[in-house]
Amino acid sequence: MSDHELRVSKIRNGTVIDHIAGGQALNVLAIVGIDGSGGDAVSVGMNVPSDRLGQKDIVKVEGRELSQDEVDVLSLIAPAATINIVRDFDVVEKHRVERPDQVVGVLECPNRHCITTEDEPVQSRFEVLEDGVRCEFCDTIVREDLAELIVD
Amino acid sequence: MRQDHIISAKQLSRADIEEVLDRAADIAEDPGAYADRYEGTLLGLLFFEPSTRTKMSFSAAMKRLGGDIVDMGTVESSSVKKGESLADTVRVVEGYADALVLRHPSEGSAKMAGEFVDVPLINAGDGAGQHPTQTLLDLYTIRENAGFDDLSIGIMGDLKYGRTVHSLAHALTNFDARQHFVSPESLRLPRSVRYDLHEAGAEVREHTDLDEVLSELDVLYVTRIQQERFPDEDEYREVAGEYQIDESTLAAARDDLTIMHPLPRVDEIAHGVDETEQATYFQQAHNGVPVRMAILDLLLGGDR
Repeated sequence: MSDHELRVSKIRNGTVIDHIAGGQALNVLAIVGIDGSGGDAVSVGMNVPSDRLGQKDIVKVEGRELSQDEVDVLSLIAPAATINIVRDFDVVEKHRVERPDQVVGVLECPNRHCITTEDEPVQSRFEVLEDGVRCEFCDTIVREDLAELIVD
Repeated sequence: MRQDHIISAKQLSRADIEEVLDRAADIAEDPGAYADRYEGTLLGLLFFEPSTRTKMSFSAAMKRLGGDIVDMGTVESSSVKKGESLADTVRVVEGYADALVLRHPSEGSAKMAGEFVDVPLINAGDGAGQHPTQTLLDLYTIRENAGFDDLSIGIMGDLKYGRTVHSLAHALTNFDARQHFVSPESLRLPRSVRYDLHEAGAEVREHTDLDEVLSELDVLYVTRIQQERFPDEDEYREVAGEYQIDESTLAAARDDLTIMHPLPRVDEIAHGVDETEQATYFQQAHNGVPVRMAILDLLLGGDR
C-alpha cells in the first residue's frame, strides 16, 4: 500500500475501498450500512492527496467483505473506486467497481407520485445512465444526491 | 403490432404507429366490416381517476367491435376503498375480461400493472406520465390534416404535468417533425423527456412566447394547465391563464394551421376559435373511437 494509504491503519481481514471521490466516504459507509453501532472497526481517510483524483477518500472496514449488490450501488456514487479484499493483512483481490446496467431494490424513487413509493408488491428498479440513474417505472432521472435515495 | 401491452409511446415504432393509423382509417371507412368482430369479448375498465373522453371512447370502441365492457366504477364504490393494492386489483379483474384499460394517478402504474397480468393492458393515463392511446389518435388527426412530411408542430401549455404531451413528443421522434415547446419556464418538459428527445436526435426548440414560432407552424397542440397535479395552489395561480389563444392570436398564424387540444379545455382556447377552419379538437376527440377500435383489434387478435 502507498504511504498515503498508510495514513489510516492497516486491517487484518476485510475490505479497503479506495479512490472514492473526495468527500464521499460517509456516503459509502451509508451504502454498506455501517454507522458504528455494529462494532466493526472502520477507518476513514478523507481528502487524501491522489495522483488519479486530486483528492480522494478511503474507507477500511475490518471483518467485512462487500456483496455484489453493495458494490453495484457504490459504483453509482464512486465510479472510480477500487475494492481491495484483505485476508491476513494481504490484498487477495483487487478490482475496480463496474457500473451495472440496472439496480433493483436499492434506491427509492424520489418522485412521490411513482407507483414504487406506494404500498405495492414491487421493488424499485433503476436503469443506470452514464451520469445518473433513471426509474424504470416513472422515468424520473436522478443525477445528484444518489446516496440519499438508498433504501434503509 | 407485436405488443403485449400498450404502456408508453416510447415502445411504439413508426411501423407500429402506421399500422394502428392505417387500421383506424380502414375502420372509419367501413365500420360495418368490424361490427361483430369481437362478439363475446369483454374489456375491463379500471379508472382510478375521472375520465370522460378516454373512458367513453374505449367503451364505444369495444361495443362497436361487437364486444362489451366490465367497469370497475368509481374508486369510492370499489375494493380500492378498502385498501386493495393495484397489483391485486388487476390480477382479479384479468379473470373477468379479455383486456384491461387502466387509468391511475401514479406514474409507472401501468408498467407495474402490466407485469402482473397476462391479458393485454392499455395505459389510459398514469399520473403525469404517459397517455399513449391519446397520442395515437392525435397522430391520426395530424396525418389527416397536416401529414407527417416536414411537419412543424407547436406544443403549448403545461408541458411538465401534461402526459399527452410526453407521449406525443416521444412518438413524433419517429417522424420528420420539428417540435416547438411553448410554456412558462416553470412548466417546461421534464428532464426525462428532454433526455429522450436529445437521445433520439429530435429537432426541438423551447420557447416562452408563442409569437416566436406561430407563423411557421402546421399544427398547434394546446394543453390545459393540469391544476390537479400542482403541489400547491400558489404555484398554479402563477401560471394559470398565461397561455391562451383567441381569434386575434390567430391573425399571425397560417390559414391552414391545425389547432388541436386533447380536451377538456378550461380557458386555453376561446370559444370564438371553435368556428374557425383551423379548429380541429372536436374532430380529434371523435377520432378516439376508430383509433381505439384499431388498437383493440390489433391487441386482441389482429386479422383473425
